Amino acid sequence: MAVAATTPRSSTLRGSESMAQRLDLPRRITFLAAAVVILLVLLLLTFITWNGVQIFFHSNVPLSNILSTDWAPSDSPAQFGIFPFIAGTLGVMALAAVISTPLSVGLAIFMAEIAPGWAKNIAQPAMEVFVGIPSVVWGWLGITILVPWLRQNLSWAGFHLGFSWFAGSLVLSLMILPTITSISYDVIATVPRDMRTGSLALGSTRWQTIRHVVLPAATTGIVTAIVLGMMRAAGEALAVQMVIGNRPVMPTGLTDPLTTLTSQITLDMGNTVAGEAWNEALWTMGLVLLIISFAFVAFVRRLSRKKSYA
Amino acid sequence: MTRSLVWDRVATGVFWAIGVFVVLVLGAIILHFLLASIGTLSLDFLTSDPSRTELGGVGPILWNSFYILVLTMLITVPLGTIGGIYMAEYAGDGRIPNLIRLSQELISSVPSIVVGLFGLALFVTALGWSFSALSGAMALTVFNLPLMMRLSEQAMRAVPQDERDASLALGSTKWQTVRHVVLPLAVPGIITGIILTAGRIFGEAAALIFTAGLSTPMHYDFTNFDLTDPQSPWSPFHPATTLSVYIWKLNSEGLGNYVRQIADTSAAILVIAVLLFNLGARTLGSVLHRRTTGSR
Repeated sequence: MAVAATTPRSSTLRGSESMAQRLDLPRRITFLAAAVVILLVLLLLTFITWNGVQIFFHSNVPLSNILSTDWAPSDSPAQFGIFPFIAGTLGVMALAAVISTPLSVGLAIFMAEIAPGWAKNIAQPAMEVFVGIPSVVWGWLGITILVPWLRQNLSWAGFHLGFSWFAGSLVLSLMILPTITSISYDVIATVPRDMRTGSLALGSTRWQTIRHVVLPAATTGIVTAIVLGMMRAAGEALAVQMVIGNRPVMPTGLTDPLTTLTSQITLDMGNTVAGEAWNEALWTMGLVLLIISFAFVAFVRRLSRKKSYA
Repeated sequence: MTRSLVWDRVATGVFWAIGVFVVLVLGAIILHFLLASIGTLSLDFLTSDPSRTELGGVGPILWNSFYILVLTMLITVPLGTIGGIYMAEYAGDGRIPNLIRLSQELISSVPSIVVGLFGLALFVTALGWSFSALSGAMALTVFNLPLMMRLSEQAMRAVPQDERDASLALGSTKWQTVRHVVLPLAVPGIITGIILTAGRIFGEAAALIFTAGLSTPMHYDFTNFDLTDPQSPWSPFHPATTLSVYIWKLNSEGLGNYVRQIADTSAAILVIAVLLFNLGARTLGSVLHRRTTGSR
């Protein structure tokens, strides 16, 4: 993308321009407004990290205790193992991506390659509404419709409670669908037209063109879309908390309740007192979530440096 | 028919099925809430006080939702638009602008519950604003500011370079060009961005639980205009449970006979709000586009 911002000037004037730029008041003021986001990141990092490590320095809980699979904060001696939550978060996220990817990439292909104008005019606004549905509404749907349905109709399959890993992932898969779809759509739409016409001119069918030309050219972008969807899934709190049953043990099966980092923070934060080890463990979970999401950003940045097609 | 043609037909059918399925799911969700709210959703429900024993309304809670929305927008829109001007017109490609872009990406990646924790640590505890509308609005600002900034940057980048060149050729300064040429042309895009951000803020809950508070307001005295009094609904320091937080709270407490009805109807209000925000963004965007460009 061309940077249309700077006005072309001859290079001999560069010296005087930088002087003018330095005195440019609007430039300085608008810069201050933009730089607020840097300040916000620094503040956020500082506060979450500071509170996240208090369990080691203030409550003197050893690292080995935190890095275990045993969560029993009210026992004595108390156990603050956070692996059940990390495993739950990653598990729920992974299954959601598995369910959502075929649907959302399929929908993106449909909108970009197949849908006639009128169908596109329905699908696109529908995606915008879809992405806007609040997380509590998804959770409420899950708890009033999905969970009872699983309990009544699929208890033979092991859904005795309905609250389960599967229920959480299913709700999440719908929530991340518009994210993956819209980004994949943008990527597919930027695949040059010539590549399609070239393939069609060689006698390929539309499906062969999609399968062997469009999708390979868009792979990196689609992977980015899926990763961004997974990032959203990992950080989602309320909808997941409402349907997964919140059992703080290592995940045992798709039909069993489990817990995640976000849902445990949501549930316990209000019931614990600042300064006690239990409360500080929740902040540590917050720090872990922050690290997970920053890792996703790093990964996406790496991906976007790769060229998707030459 | 050859094999490849058969597969082409099959693939086309599958893609159509996916498209129809997703749109039907969305339609079913909207229809479900509209049906579930019939009989409860009324002007009285929207304005009356919550009640512990009978079917109560959401008046004060809805007030809080709008209060926090307006407060957040008052901070986010000016700051985001001005920041967007820098990113689109002045920044270029240097180290600092790239640092700003990285910061935008990082903040948008942070889960809203973590933003809630940050708000709890900074606004509620360190700054001593306690659980209040102001703390909530600031937490929402944290993750909506980068979004607003990016949307307004995009709106300004979409303005053709010719417009700038023409203005500069007439002897305008850079800032005059930005102020009188670029900004007016970008207004439709910025407004669309504002409405979409507003929709997000209206539905947000996770970041508000630990910042704006969880106590259900039973009754508000709207004649109390003392802005420093946390009892006054006008005060930025009043604890402000919003509609989304209220649904979550109803579910986690599960008390009362009418929980299902109240939460269904509240969810319906949120869904209708999402539809209205989207519709508003679309119509206003196209109307303003016609106004500013003179095209029909």
